[in-house]
Order: sequence, then structure tokens, then C-alpha cells
Amino acid sequence: MKKYVCDVCGYTYDPKKGDAKGGIAPGTAFEDLPENWICPICGADKDSFQPA
Amino acid sequence: MSGYQALKISDSVYWVGAVDWNIRDFHGYLTKRGSSYNAYLIIADKITLIDTVKAPFIEEMFARISSVVAPDKIDYIISNHSEIDHTGALKETIRRVNPEKVFASKMGVATLSDLLSLEYPLTAVADGETLSLGNKELVFIETKMLHWPDSMFSYLPCEKVLFSQDAFGMHLASSFLFADEIEPAILEYEAATYYANILLPYSPLVLKLLDRVTKMGLVAHVIAPDHGPIWRKNLNMVLEKYRYWASQNVHPKAVIVYDTMWGSTETMARHIALGISDTSGCEARLLRLDAVHRSEVAYELLGAGALVVGSATLNNNVLPRIADVMTYLKGLRPLNKIGQAFGSYGWSGEAPQNIQQMLVEMKVAVLDDPITAKHKPAEDILEACVLTGKKIAQKLK
Repeated sequence: MKKYVCDVCGYTYDPKKGDAKGGIAPGTAFEDLPENWICPICGADKDSFQPA
Repeated sequence: MSGYQALKISDSVYWVGAVDWNIRDFHGYLTKRGSSYNAYLIIADKITLIDTVKAPFIEEMFARISSVVAPDKIDYIISNHSEIDHTGALKETIRRVNPEKVFASKMGVATLSDLLSLEYPLTAVADGETLSLGNKELVFIETKMLHWPDSMFSYLPCEKVLFSQDAFGMHLASSFLFADEIEPAILEYEAATYYANILLPYSPLVLKLLDRVTKMGLVAHVIAPDHGPIWRKNLNMVLEKYRYWASQNVHPKAVIVYDTMWGSTETMARHIALGISDTSGCEARLLRLDAVHRSEVAYELLGAGALVVGSATLNNNVLPRIADVMTYLKGLRPLNKIGQAFGSYGWSGEAPQNIQQMLVEMKVAVLDDPITAKHKPAEDILEACVLTGKKIAQKLK
């Protein structure tokens, strides 16, 4: 599973870790994140992420 | 009775901020002309305060507000940017004013709650949302990471005033309120220094925002930032400057940043500069770090095509001021630079290699292996320095 980087603030979404704050379990692929998921650091939307 | 007055900037908007004449160190950025913390009061059915000031300046802000309206008449407070120089006075302002509502972006609400331990409930506003002030309205535009996650603009369409928080601002204390009252060269220098030291890492977002504002058809007659003078004339000038700086286009200029122990690295720096300036139209700037502050280096690098860095080796490493500046520059994420490392040494000589590594990490396109000199650069090394200078200049032409 691929890591994705936030264009806005530089945060990296690591599917192995998930996003506890956003209620995302470890092992969740970026593609499977809900469309309304936002960057936990800066609040940018999913469209603002690029493959690392 | 205090002599501080609110100053009118459009029909219903007053500047009620504070001037910080003597600040020189702004979290590591040398603010040699001081700064100001701008807050704005909109006189509408719902009297609205936009941003506040750094905590020690609260009385100046309240005196200015009081010259127009009793502060407890303020209905709304809007925080465009959560950073402490604009919100240090917010908690106490809320306590004194007891406003009906305090607004910030969604990220702003979270940040302010963390920073200020506020018990007062904040209201989050969304990108593009309109807030009625009764007889006028305000529109909010999110500007995430310009330059904090919480950052947003507020726009007053009826008077075409854009409250742009830190964007289009500068650290410049003045008794003049408007940009057109200030010597243009000073204005451009301070605006560029601010961009280079604060906004440069977010340049791709600046370009997106400028396009978005153009597409929205947003036309500002006044741009009211949170630091420095207010723009009311030639707004295209500042907008075009921002577009140019954000594009990170470079011109034939090489910045040679170095530190020296006993003068050998200095001699090498000067010979590289000789090679660069040998090519007509290419500028070399020598910046020795015992004399030049990191924020001055950031200014000089804005728009320069080459970053040439030299250090003597001290205890198997670069000189500490080189580590300082390179850490700072890396964070500013400059683009489109070529680079070269150099330096003298006594025995082990790690510094130039360390610099080369730092340049690579910064995604600077390194020209050649480091130029090094044991103890003192001999004639052939000085010739190599001049040749490298010429090569840099050729690349930049």
C-alpha cells in the first residue's frame, strides 16, 4: 500500500499507521479513506494528496 | 486620556492596531525596521473586530478602539490567523468586550482552543461562507498553510477591502499607515524579505490562491494585512510581485554564503565571486555569516539562481553558523537553484562534503564535487575557484 503526501502541509499518510485522530484504522489504504477524510495536520481535503 | 486614535482606511473600516518600533528578533527573523500588529474595526450594525495584537500591545489597541466606539459595543470578533502576534490579546479582549460571537476557520477554532485555553465557544466558518453584519456582509476565504493551517482571508465586498492576515504584509514600523506613503525601495525590500522568510515554502499555494482570487472575480481596492502598511494604490504591483516571487523564477545572481576561520575559505569565496562577475550581467553576492543574518541570506536568495556555500572544517564538521543557515534555508524550500560547496581545512576536512550533502537534500542541483584547500588555497585551487565561478555564471545566463 502506497504512502500519500499532503500538498498543503507536507504530512504523509502512512496506510500502515492509519489516522487514529480521524478514526482511520491501521492498514487502511489511501484509496479506501472516506471522501470526506481530511488531513489531520492542516485540514486539506483528500484531493490535496499525491502519491509519495 | 490616551492619545492613540483609530485611523480610517475606508468608509466604515478603521485601523486599531499597534506599532512595535523596537522588535528586532521575530522568531529568528531579523526585523531591522520593527513591525506592527494590525487589527481592524468595521462599523456596521454588528460592530466587528478583525484580529487583535500581540499581548503587550492590548492597551494601545483598546485606546484606538475607544476613540471610535466603546469596546463593549463590539458584537463580533474574527480571527483570520491564530499566531500569537495576532491572538496574544484575544483572550483578554473577549473578556473585556464580551462579544456575541467569535469566528475563525475550522482549523483556527482548533488552534485557538489549544493556544489560548479558551472557555469561550468559538464559531467555525467555512470557505466561501458569508457572514451578515446587518447592513453589510463579510466573506471568508480559507488560505490553508498561508502560512498556518488556520489562515483565512476576510473580504468586505461593499467597500472592497480584503483583510489578508499575514499575506501581503511586512515587518515595517512606520507612522505612515499606507504603503503609498512609504519610500518604494524600502517597501519592496521589506515585502520581499517577508516573502522570502515567511511565505516562500508555500509558493505553490500562493500561485493557486492568486488564480483562485482572480477566478472569483474578487477585486480589492484596499488590502489590509496584519503587519506593516495597508495597500490602497497600485494593488496590481503587490499582486504581481507575489506572483513573481511565488513562481521562483531565477535571474543571473549567485549567492555565496560562507564562514571562515583564518581567512582561507574567505579567499576561496572571493575567487569564486571573481569568476562569476567576470561574466557580464551576472551578479555575485558575498555573505559572510559573522556579518550577515540568516534572514538577510533568505532575502538575497529570493530570485537568485545559484547557492554557493563554503565552510572551514571545525572539529570534523561545518562551522556552526553554516549549520544554522542551512537548516533555515532547507525549511524555506527554495526551488530552481544550482549549487556548489567549498572550503578549506587543516587535517580531516569534512565540512565541504557535509555542505554538499545538505545541498543535495535541499534539491539544489550541485555542479561539481566540492572545491577544497588544505590550510591555504594554492594558486591552482584559486584558479579552480575562478573557473567554477565562471561555470556558474555560464549556467545562469
